[in-house]
Amino acid sequence: MRTGRTLTALAAVGLLALTGCGDGGTNAGGSGPGGIKPPNIDELASLGAGEGQVNIVAWAGYVEDGSTDPKVDWVTDFVKQTGCKVNVKVAGTSDEMVTLMKTGEYDVVSASGDASLRLIYGGDVAPVNTDLVTNYQDVFDGLKLKQWNSVDGVAYGIPHGRGANLLMYRTDVVKPAPTSWGAVFDANSPYQGKITAYDSPIYLADAALYLMKHQPELGIKNPYALDDKQFDAAVNLLKKQNETIGEYWSDYTKEVQAFKTGDSVLGTTWQVIANLAQADKAPVEAILPEEGATGWSDTWMISAKSKHPNCAYRWMDHIISPKANAAVAEWFGEAPANRLACAQTADKNHCATFHAEDEAYFEKVWFWSTPVAQCLDGRKDVTCKDYAAWTQAWTTVKG
Amino acid sequence: MATSTLDRPTGTATAEVARGPVRRLSAWLHRHAGVRLAALLVAPLFWLVVAYLGALAVLFVSALWTVNGFTGEVVRQPTLANFRTILSDEVYRTVALRSVGVAAAVTVIDTLIALPMAFYMAKVARPRHRRWLVVAILTPLWASYLVKAYAWRVLLANGGPVDWLFGGPGHGPGYGLTATVLVLAYLWLPYMILPVYAGLERLPDSLLEASADLGARAGRTFRKVVLPVIVPSVIAGSIFTFSLSLGDYITVQIVGGKTQLMGNLVYANIGAANNLPFAAALATIPVLIMVVYLVAVRRSGALEEL
Repeated sequence: MRTGRTLTALAAVGLLALTGCGDGGTNAGGSGPGGIKPPNIDELASLGAGEGQVNIVAWAGYVEDGSTDPKVDWVTDFVKQTGCKVNVKVAGTSDEMVTLMKTGEYDVVSASGDASLRLIYGGDVAPVNTDLVTNYQDVFDGLKLKQWNSVDGVAYGIPHGRGANLLMYRTDVVKPAPTSWGAVFDANSPYQGKITAYDSPIYLADAALYLMKHQPELGIKNPYALDDKQFDAAVNLLKKQNETIGEYWSDYTKEVQAFKTGDSVLGTTWQVIANLAQADKAPVEAILPEEGATGWSDTWMISAKSKHPNCAYRWMDHIISPKANAAVAEWFGEAPANRLACAQTADKNHCATFHAEDEAYFEKVWFWSTPVAQCLDGRKDVTCKDYAAWTQAWTTVKG
Repeated sequence: MATSTLDRPTGTATAEVARGPVRRLSAWLHRHAGVRLAALLVAPLFWLVVAYLGALAVLFVSALWTVNGFTGEVVRQPTLANFRTILSDEVYRTVALRSVGVAAAVTVIDTLIALPMAFYMAKVARPRHRRWLVVAILTPLWASYLVKAYAWRVLLANGGPVDWLFGGPGHGPGYGLTATVLVLAYLWLPYMILPVYAGLERLPDSLLEASADLGARAGRTFRKVVLPVIVPSVIAGSIFTFSLSLGDYITVQIVGGKTQLMGNLVYANIGAANNLPFAAALATIPVLIMVVYLVAVRRSGALEEL
C-alpha cells in the first residue's frame, strides 16, 4: 500500500513537471511522463582541446557559412578561432532530428520542444555544464531551465531562440490579404490546389489552435493536449483541408520553389523561407495571423555519444554569443536568446519586431511540445492522444 | 595463383618449395569434387543467405515489435498490433491499391512505348545503327535519378514547359498522381525496351517473311507471329517496371504533390516517426504483392528471359 501511494505521488510529481509550461517559474521538481527518469549521463567536467571538427544537426538557416549568401556567415570565424571544422546536416522535421541523433553520429542538435524531451528521456543527449558556456549568463531568464530544456533543475541544453510559424501568401494572387488561419482551412477556398501545409504530425496542433479560437465548445486549452473528441475534430478539419492542398512541404527548398513558380500561393511557413523566396524575387509576404500561432523554442543539445564534445561546447558557446546569435536570429527570423544580441542586429528594431523581451507575446505562441498520454494542460479525468497516435492520424489525413 | 607459379622460371629452390604445396592442394581438390564446389560457392551463398534472406527475415521479425511512443525505443515483444492496424485502417488499403495502380499504369505505358520502339530497333533500323540506338536508350541511365526527377519538377511547374504544351499556365497536369505516373514511366522505360529488344532480335526475319508470303498483313503478323514470341520478354520487362514503381518514394515526393504511395508510408515511419517495426510491417505488403506477381508470371516462362 505504502509503496503504491509513493509511486502515485511520484507519478503526480512527474505530471506536474510536464504540465508546468508557460508559468514562467524556474523548474518544478520531478521527471518524465509516468515518473520515468532520464538515464544517468555525466556532463562534461572541464573543457579540453578541440577535436578538429564537430557534426551538427540543425534547422535550415541555423548554421550558415556564407555559401547561401556571402553576407550570411557565422561559421567561418568560428572555424578560424577554434580550429573546429563544422559539418552540418539540415533536418526538415523534429522527427528527423530525433532519428538522426539516435544514430550517435552527431555531436550537437538544435532541438525544438517536440524533440528535446524525447531526446532527454531516450538517453540520446547529455546534461550540459552551463559553467563551460560563458555566454549562458546573458541568456534571457525566461528561456532558462524550462520544462522543454531541463529535468529536475538540470540543464540539458543551451537556449537558441524562439519564434512563430507564419502564414505566407503570394501578394499578386491572394487578395485580399489573409489575416486568419481560416484562409488555409476554408473548404471552399478560391485557391484550391495551391495551398500548402507543413508535412509533419505536429501540424495537427495548427488545426487544434484554429479550433481553440473558433470552436470554443470543444474546450481546447492547449493544442498539444487533445482528448479523443478534440483530436477527432482536428483530424477532420485537416482531412477537409487535404482536398484544397496542392502539396505538403518539409523540405524548405521545395517550398521556396513552389511559391516562386506559383504552384503554392498560401500556406504555413517560417520567416527564413519567406526571406529566401523574397530574395528570389517571389512576391510573397508572411504574417502572424490573429489567432496566434504554433512556434518553436529551440535548444542546442549535446549528444550523449559525442565524439567531439570540446568542439561541441565551443559551438554552443559561439552560436549564442551576441554577434552570432544576432546574425542567426535575423536570418532565420526569430527572437534571439542572448539579451546582448539585441544590440548587435543590423536592423535595430529586430528584437522589438520579434518580441524578444516580450513574455506576454510568447504566451500567445504555442511552442512545439511532444504530445503525451497525460494531458499537458493538467486535465486528470481524460487521457490525451500521444505522439504515436498523432503520427498515425497524419497518415490518414494525407490519405 | 596456380598459373603464376607455373609461369615462374623453374630451377631455384624457393620456387620448388612454393610450388609443392599449391600443386598438392590442387591435386587434392581435383580428386574431391564436392569440396571444390563448396569452396567456390561458400562466398556467394553466404551473401545470399545472410545479406539477402537474412535482411528479409529481420524485416519480418521486427514487424512484430513495437516502439515506445515517447522515447522511441524499440520494444522487443512479439505482437500482431502493427498488422492489425494495417488491416483495420482504411488508409493503408487505399494507399496499397493506389501504389499497385500506379505500378500497373507505368507498366502499361512503358509497354505501349517500348513495343514499336524495340521493333524498330531490332527489325527496321540498319544493323550498324542498332548499336547506337541501344546506346541512346541507355544514355539517360547515366544521369542521376534525382537530377531527372528534379528536372521533371521544373518541367511540370506552374507555367513550365509542360503547361505551355497544354496551352498556358495551369493547363498541364501539375504535381500529383498523373505527374508521378508520367515521371516513373519516363524513368523506367529503358528497363522495358531492352528485354523486348533482346526478345525481338531472336525472332528470325524469315518468320516475318513467311507470314507475308502466306498473305498475312502487318497487323495479323504482329498478333500471330511477333506477339507470341515477345510476350515472355514483355513480362520480363514488366517485372522491372512494376517492382521499381511499387517501391518508389522519391519521385512521388518531388512531383507527386500530396500523393502518398507505399514507399512514402515506409519512409515516413522510418525517417519521421522513427517507428521501424511499423515500417517493417508496411514493407511486407509490397513483398507479398511481388511474390504473387512473380508466381503468376513464372508460368509464362518470363523468368527465363531475365
